[in-house]
Amino acid sequence: MSGVLVIAEHRQGELREATLEALGAALELAPQTGRQVVTAVLADDPQALAGPLMGRTHGLRLMAHPDLTAFNPEMYLPVLEDAIAAAEPGLILMPHSSQGMDLAPALAGRLGLPLVTDCIGLTYQDGALTAQRQVYGGKVSETLVLKPASMYVCTLQGGAFEAPETSAVDTAGEEITLTELSPAHARRFVEYVAGALEDVDIAAADILVSVGRGIGGPENVPLAEELADALGATVSCSRPVADVGWLPKSRQVGTSGKTVRPKVYLALGISGAFQHQAGMKNSGTIIAVNKDPRAPIFAVAHYGLVADLFEVLPKLKDKLAG
Amino acid sequence: MDILVLVKNVPEVAEADLEIEDNQIDLEDLVMGINEWDNYAVEEAVRLAEASGGGVTVMTLGDEEAEDVLRRGLAMGAGRAMHLCDEEFEGSDPATLARAFAAAIGDESYDLILCGVQSSDLGQASTGVLLAQVLNLPFATMAIGIETGEAEITVTRELEANTSERVVLPLPALVTVQSGINQPRYVSIMGIRKVRKMTIGLFEADDLGLDEDQVGEEASQVAGRALALPEVGEGAEMLNGSLDEICGRAVEIIREKGGLS
Repeated sequence: MSGVLVIAEHRQGELREATLEALGAALELAPQTGRQVVTAVLADDPQALAGPLMGRTHGLRLMAHPDLTAFNPEMYLPVLEDAIAAAEPGLILMPHSSQGMDLAPALAGRLGLPLVTDCIGLTYQDGALTAQRQVYGGKVSETLVLKPASMYVCTLQGGAFEAPETSAVDTAGEEITLTELSPAHARRFVEYVAGALEDVDIAAADILVSVGRGIGGPENVPLAEELADALGATVSCSRPVADVGWLPKSRQVGTSGKTVRPKVYLALGISGAFQHQAGMKNSGTIIAVNKDPRAPIFAVAHYGLVADLFEVLPKLKDKLAG
Repeated sequence: MDILVLVKNVPEVAEADLEIEDNQIDLEDLVMGINEWDNYAVEEAVRLAEASGGGVTVMTLGDEEAEDVLRRGLAMGAGRAMHLCDEEFEGSDPATLARAFAAAIGDESYDLILCGVQSSDLGQASTGVLLAQVLNLPFATMAIGIETGEAEITVTRELEANTSERVVLPLPALVTVQSGINQPRYVSIMGIRKVRKMTIGLFEADDLGLDEDQVGEEASQVAGRALALPEVGEGAEMLNGSLDEICGRAVEIIREKGGLS
């Protein structure tokens, strides 16, 4: 194994935080591989994105072309193939994000490389990679030992690895201006679309009463609203509730929705999929109510109630009134 | 528009008590059903085919029980179903599955192939894009909207933080569908009954021209796999007592931490 290649992620002129987490994972693995971490930045002006990477990667490969302004896997793939052929990394890391989910399987498929996605832990020993993952909605931990290979592609779960200090290593950069991109297919980026206008800003609430699939149906949402009113709180929800339209998308907490940090987060009937946890785990105090004692939400909650939320809701209201 | 949808039969685990035996979860007492994301994909396919004219084929790889998800797809409006069913497939990784699906597709030409973004059991989110690579198709993941145009589609992809992007793909293409893209129709028992006589194409590895070393564990990139149940309530202080007591304590905590007096 010869070093780690991290593929930087950026959007609308800003480097995405998840890139730094990937660097944290890469630097942890670098001693095991005995080689260095190189970060590839593909952008119209990669130099402008390099600031946060300094001191966090040994090598920096800045590749510039106007068609790399917005992410497009068809533009990325041929550029990365060249970069990989030149650097021969043992491990290629990127975030398990909307970009990584597009790019990693395509890269692995194209180059015939082993792929492990959504990893929360990685170790490299005796020429083989071992990955930790969460499966079955976070209720089961999986350890995968891969067959020995000269190169692996991995995506990393957001929040699983910490960004390194800004002076972790010395960084040496290399700038490459690309003259021509040769996409295999004509996928075309059109535009970014911002989320719908919202009725309330759940990120501004001190207390959130958040409901999950356990709320059962739209007819039960008022039960949560009544409790929220009694607390001066705001109602939010997990993805399944917004997907079926019981509450508007603007109320959704999680990776694709909003990240919230209220003083109190009351999770009612939310199992706590990782994507949800990512949006609320930094709340001041998390209280989770769930019938299932093995619900993953209890892993991030400060207090847990194993109970039926339809019994808990009226009881809480009584206690507040009393 | 002729559309192929890949679907998977998965256990419902949300409120289930899971047990692990021989590094597999014990499926005995679990209710099986169509992977949630695939359900949205089937609905999207049926709507697109209805609007444009054309047919929907549903395909799965799984044991005999997995036929249920194909019947469900047929009840939703698919006209044809293909079942890749062979013990040889056991232990396949996503890359191996992608090659099996590609072999089953063979020379057939679909305008669009839809998959769920991921499966709720293993959540690898990679079989779809790997299949696009085997078939050399343009692709996009995380679709929360698909508009059809002249020999192309515009896909709205969900990104992070309440943002999405619109990308155009020439057809044929492969798209993975995110939950919430539509409201899938209800499937009644009557609906399933109506399609019970429809023939489902059954394929073993041999039929697809795949040798033993091209399927299952041998072809997989995984050498070993271990499953474990994490500690219960790791992190949380579990409130114990009667309903009255735990709710009383919860209200105290909310008042104190929430700055209510």
